[in-house]
Amino acid sequence: MNKCTERLYNGLVKENPTFVMMLGMCPTLAVTTSAINGIGMGLSTTVVLIFSNLLISLLRKIIPDSVRMPAFIVVVATLVTVVQFLMEGFVPGLYASLGVYIPLIVVNCIILGRAEAYASKNPVLPSIFDGIGMGLGFTFGLTCIGIVRELIGSGKVFGLQIMPDIYEPVTIFILAPGAFLVLAFLVAARNKIMKRMEAKGKKVVKAQGCCEGGCASCGGCDAQVFPTGQEKE
Amino acid sequence: MSEQLKVSSSPHIRSKETTGNIMLWVIIALLPATFFGIYNFRDTHAWLLVIVTTAAAVLTEYIYEKLMHKKITIKDYSAAVTGLLLALNLPPTAPIWMGIIGSVFAILVVKQLFGGLGQNFMNPALGARCFLLISFTGRMTSFVYDGVSGATPLATIRANIEAGNAALDGVNSMDMLIGNIAGTIGETSVIAIVIGAIILILKGIIDLRIPGTYIVTFALFIGIFGGFVDGVGFFNVQYMTAELCGGGLMLGAWFMATDYVTSPITKKGQIVYGILLGCLTGLFRLFGGSAEGVSYAIIFSNLLVPLIERVTLPKPFGKGGEK
Repeated sequence: MNKCTERLYNGLVKENPTFVMMLGMCPTLAVTTSAINGIGMGLSTTVVLIFSNLLISLLRKIIPDSVRMPAFIVVVATLVTVVQFLMEGFVPGLYASLGVYIPLIVVNCIILGRAEAYASKNPVLPSIFDGIGMGLGFTFGLTCIGIVRELIGSGKVFGLQIMPDIYEPVTIFILAPGAFLVLAFLVAARNKIMKRMEAKGKKVVKAQGCCEGGCASCGGCDAQVFPTGQEKE
Repeated sequence: MSEQLKVSSSPHIRSKETTGNIMLWVIIALLPATFFGIYNFRDTHAWLLVIVTTAAAVLTEYIYEKLMHKKITIKDYSAAVTGLLLALNLPPTAPIWMGIIGSVFAILVVKQLFGGLGQNFMNPALGARCFLLISFTGRMTSFVYDGVSGATPLATIRANIEAGNAALDGVNSMDMLIGNIAGTIGETSVIAIVIGAIILILKGIIDLRIPGTYIVTFALFIGIFGGFVDGVGFFNVQYMTAELCGGGLMLGAWFMATDYVTSPITKKGQIVYGILLGCLTGLFRLFGGSAEGVSYAIIFSNLLVPLIERVTLPKPFGKGGEK
């Protein structure tokens, strides 16, 4: 597979930041009360991610290793400020509904994670595609959660009434507990689909070990560390 | 020779009590409250709501276990208890579909997805009640009594205080004891609930530790702080009776806080748990946004049970000496 398309596939499916790596949970759970919010949050993060990957990949030989974190943060914060002003100017409605979560993109762990794990070690072009892949994966995840929550919680999708009038919205789904419920069900559904594809013999690339997989795979690593031979006497 | 010997690890002597037995007794103990509720709200479809909600809980458990190729556990009646408790926690005017949604949520999400009976981290019936309470607040808190919409005594007290009237205007403690008041199907009659509780205590299914500490702590809390907040003076007997008999306190204390799965095993832990419940219920009722607080208090304490158990774990014999 081509390096660039491989990055896209990696971000969207294999290491989807929302459903596999469980990164960026704060915006994922907080802003996905409607599908449009999910898309808005996802796309603004994508823009920041692409440019931060680009810049950090360009600067990767200049940034000293000991101060790389502050340097990354400065780059990301600059980009976020730009995005924030653009959003305030052109999509004020969305800007208002996303609120504090736009400035919080600075500390979004997807962006810092990709900078640390990928962009600071790889050439520019793959880094850009890594940003696009991860960003679209994040957008996809947020939009899915947003659609489900909006549909059940207010009977609409993208603001259009879908459910008939007699349907009574289950308000809990647009409140915080609903975010956890929907996320859990979607992750379960994804795992089920992946398993089924594997069973059918399709080649599904698994997420790699700790260094690449991030937080989500840490539990798996622990299990590998302890020898299992003794338990099976 | 060796084939004739049964070799197994301990325990070798087993009680005849089974989960099914215990759950059946819980159902029997709930019947007085159930029948009183159905009688009390006879001009509504309360009876249908109770039957459908219970049936939906059992059916959900059956279908889930069938689909997941698990052992079918509906014969231990635990799903029926969950369904019945949930029904008793619904207002009599709740639409039937709400009972069904609640049952499905209780069994599917709160119980089965966490691993079935014994693995659920919170009381399924209360989990579902809070789910419905948050989702359909209007329907869950509008009560009808004798065909007219009437506030529950606790809501009356709260409205009185907010309007600046005497707190106990229009609250009759005797009616609350018998149960001729508005409320959810199962919570209104203290006498019916206590009859059920006595059955359970006599059968040794529950003991006084959790409900006793819960109710006493709550009474003390409300006696002391009710004086400040609601301005009725310290240990105003009438006020305390109304708070004790009102709302879901009795049903919660006897039937839901004592749920084996979600309450501590250790004796000390049970007392800590009861005190925690009492204080939280008092806090929610006096300072919270709604007049009710029992279900949230129990759910909240359910989450703390593992911590309580860890702190109160008794030391094994011989480990208590030198440190």
